[in-house]
Amino acid sequence: MESIGVLMTCPPTYPYLVEELEKRFTLYKFQAIQDKAHFLNTHKAAIRAVVGNSGFGADAELINMLPNLEIVSSFSVGLDKVDLAKCKERKIRVTNTPDVLTEDVADLAIGLMLAVLRRLCESDRYVRSGKWKRGDYKLTTKFSGKTVGIIGLGRIGMAIAKRAGAFSCPINYYTRTKKPDVNYKYYPSVVELAANCHILVVACPLTEETRHIVNREVIDALGPKGVLINIGRGPHVDEPELVSALVEGRLGGAGLDVFENEPHVPEQLFALENVVLLPHVGSGTVETRQAMADLVVGNLEAHFLNKPLLTPVV
Amino acid sequence: MATDQEGLPEVLLFMKPPAFVLVGEQPFTSDKFRYLKVYESPLPLDQFLLTHAQSVQAILSSGGAPVTADILRLLPAVRVVVTTSAGLNQIDLPECRRRGIKVANTGDTYSADVADMAVGLLIDVMRKISASDGYVRQRRWSTEGDFPLASKLGGKRVGVVGLGNIGCEVAKRLEAFGCRIAYNSRKPKSYVSYPFYPNVCELASNCDVLVICCALTEQTHHLINKKVLSALGKDGIIVNIGRGPIIDEKEMVRCLVRGEVAGAGLDVFENEPDVPKELFSLDNVVLSPHCAVFTRESLINVSELVVGNLEAFFSNKPLLSEYADD
Repeated sequence: MESIGVLMTCPPTYPYLVEELEKRFTLYKFQAIQDKAHFLNTHKAAIRAVVGNSGFGADAELINMLPNLEIVSSFSVGLDKVDLAKCKERKIRVTNTPDVLTEDVADLAIGLMLAVLRRLCESDRYVRSGKWKRGDYKLTTKFSGKTVGIIGLGRIGMAIAKRAGAFSCPINYYTRTKKPDVNYKYYPSVVELAANCHILVVACPLTEETRHIVNREVIDALGPKGVLINIGRGPHVDEPELVSALVEGRLGGAGLDVFENEPHVPEQLFALENVVLLPHVGSGTVETRQAMADLVVGNLEAHFLNKPLLTPVV
Repeated sequence: MATDQEGLPEVLLFMKPPAFVLVGEQPFTSDKFRYLKVYESPLPLDQFLLTHAQSVQAILSSGGAPVTADILRLLPAVRVVVTTSAGLNQIDLPECRRRGIKVANTGDTYSADVADMAVGLLIDVMRKISASDGYVRQRRWSTEGDFPLASKLGGKRVGVVGLGNIGCEVAKRLEAFGCRIAYNSRKPKSYVSYPFYPNVCELASNCDVLVICCALTEQTHHLINKKVLSALGKDGIIVNIGRGPIIDEKEMVRCLVRGEVAGAGLDVFENEPDVPKELFSLDNVVLSPHCAVFTRESLINVSELVVGNLEAFFSNKPLLSEYADD
C-alpha cells in the first residue's frame, strides 16, 4: 500500500499517528508545503486519502482538487471541517473516531464544572502566590445537586449525564426531538433549557443549524448565576456575546475547551476568575489519542483492503 | 446554668471560626444561647477561663482551636463540645469520654462538598486542568502550540483510604467515571462490594490513585509513608482531602520532585498555611487552601446543624449529630 498517497491536512504534531501512517502509505504533510496549489496539481493523481482533525479537514475546494480522493479519515469525532455533502456527491467515504474519546470528553466537562464552581485553578494560584498565608480563600459554589442542562444527548451528552447523576445533579436536556427512553427532563428549546438549569453544557455536533446555538438570548436566560461549559466547538457559542456577558457579570461563569478561532482566546477573559480556559484538550490523553490514531489507520487500511470500514459516517 | 445579664446560657468560643468570617456570625446565632468569645478578651487563656468560664457547659470548636485535656481541666462544667469542622482531631476525645462530655460533629453535612473537591482535584491532576488553564492565560497556546497529552481517568484503579461518609461519596462519584474502586478502612464494610485491602501498602500496590478520606488519629499519622508511596509507584497519583499529617509530607515532596510519584492533588498540609515551596514549580500538583467545605451551601447547612445541636443541648434534648466512635 506504500504507493497510496495520504494527505495530512492537520498539523503533524502527533508522532504516533504520523509514524503509523508513514509505515503503510506515502504521507504528505500539507501544512509544511509552501505552494499548496502547485503541490496539489502535481500530486493529485497519487492522493487517494485525506487525514484531518477537529481543526483541519477537507472542504469543497480541496476535494475538487483531488480527483482520486476515495476516503477522508478524521482524527476527531466532529466532522464540521469536512464537507460531507460534497463527499456524498463524490462517493468519498468519511470516517471519524467516535466512542474512544467519549469518556475523556465527558470527564473533562465535569472537570470544568468543578473547576469553575469550586475555583480550583484560581485557588491553586492563590496558594502558589503565597496569599494563603494572609487569609482563607473566599467561598465557592457547591456543585453536587446543581441542575445540569445538556444540549445534545448523544454519546458524549449521555456520558456527561451519567457522571453528573453521581453528584445528584438533576439532568435536563435539549435535542432536536425528544428521546423516548430517557429519564431526564426534556426542554423543546435551548432558551427554555438555559432558564431551567444552573450549568449549561454544549455537547452536540457543529452543523449549520447549531452554529451560535448559544446566543445572547440563551446567555441571558442562563443568567448571572449560570455557568456555561463548552466541550463542543467554538462556533457553537456567539463568542463576543459570551465575552461581554462574562466581563459585565451577566453570566456567572464559563468553562471553555473550545473557541471560535483557536488557538486565539479572547484576552478579556484572562482577567476573570470565574472562567477556566483550556487549549482544546477534550480528547487529549495518551490513551485516547492512541486509540483515535488506531481508528484512523484502521479505517484507511480497511478501505484499501476492501474490508468494511470501522467507523464510517459517509 | 451559666448566665449573663440576659439570662442566656453561654457557649465558649476560643477563636473566631472560619465559618463566621466566611458567612458571617448571624447564621450561627440563636435566642436560646450566646457566645462567650475568648478571642475578644485581652486576658491570657488560662486566666480568662478561670475568671469567666467556670460554669460554661458548652464549647463550639473549630479546626484551629484545639480542645485539649489541659483546657478541659479548667472547665469543670463543660458537658458538650460542638464542632464546625469535619475532623475531630483537634479534640481530646479520650478525655471527653472520661469526663462524660458529649461531642457533636458535622454528620454528613460536608460530605458531598469534600467528595466533590476530591474528584475535582483528581480530574485536575490527571487532565492537567489548572496547568493548561495557566498555559492559555500565559498566551502559550498561540506561541508554543498544543499542550502535552494528559492521562485518562476512566478505567483507573482508585484506592480509597477510609471508607466513611466522605470515602463512600468519593467512591460513588468515581464509579460513574469508570474507575475501579478498592479501599482500606479499620474494618471491612459489609454493605459495599468494593474489594477490601487490610493494609494501605497492599492497597497502594494495586491502585493507580490513592484518595485519603480518613480521620487523623494516632494510628493514621504518617500512614502514607515512604513504603506506601513506593508501592503506589511512579505512575501513581495521591489526593488528600483528609488532614495533612496523614501523609509524610517531606517524603511525598521528595517523591514528587524526583518523579517517583506521578502527581498529587492536595487540599491539606502538615503545617498550614505553609506549603512546601518545592511544589510550586511542579505542574503535576494541584494545591488548594484547605477549603473543601467552604461553599456557601455547606456553611449555611452547618450553621443550622450547630444551632440545632446547641439548642437541643440547652433544652435537654438529644443532640442532632452526636459523635460515637464505632
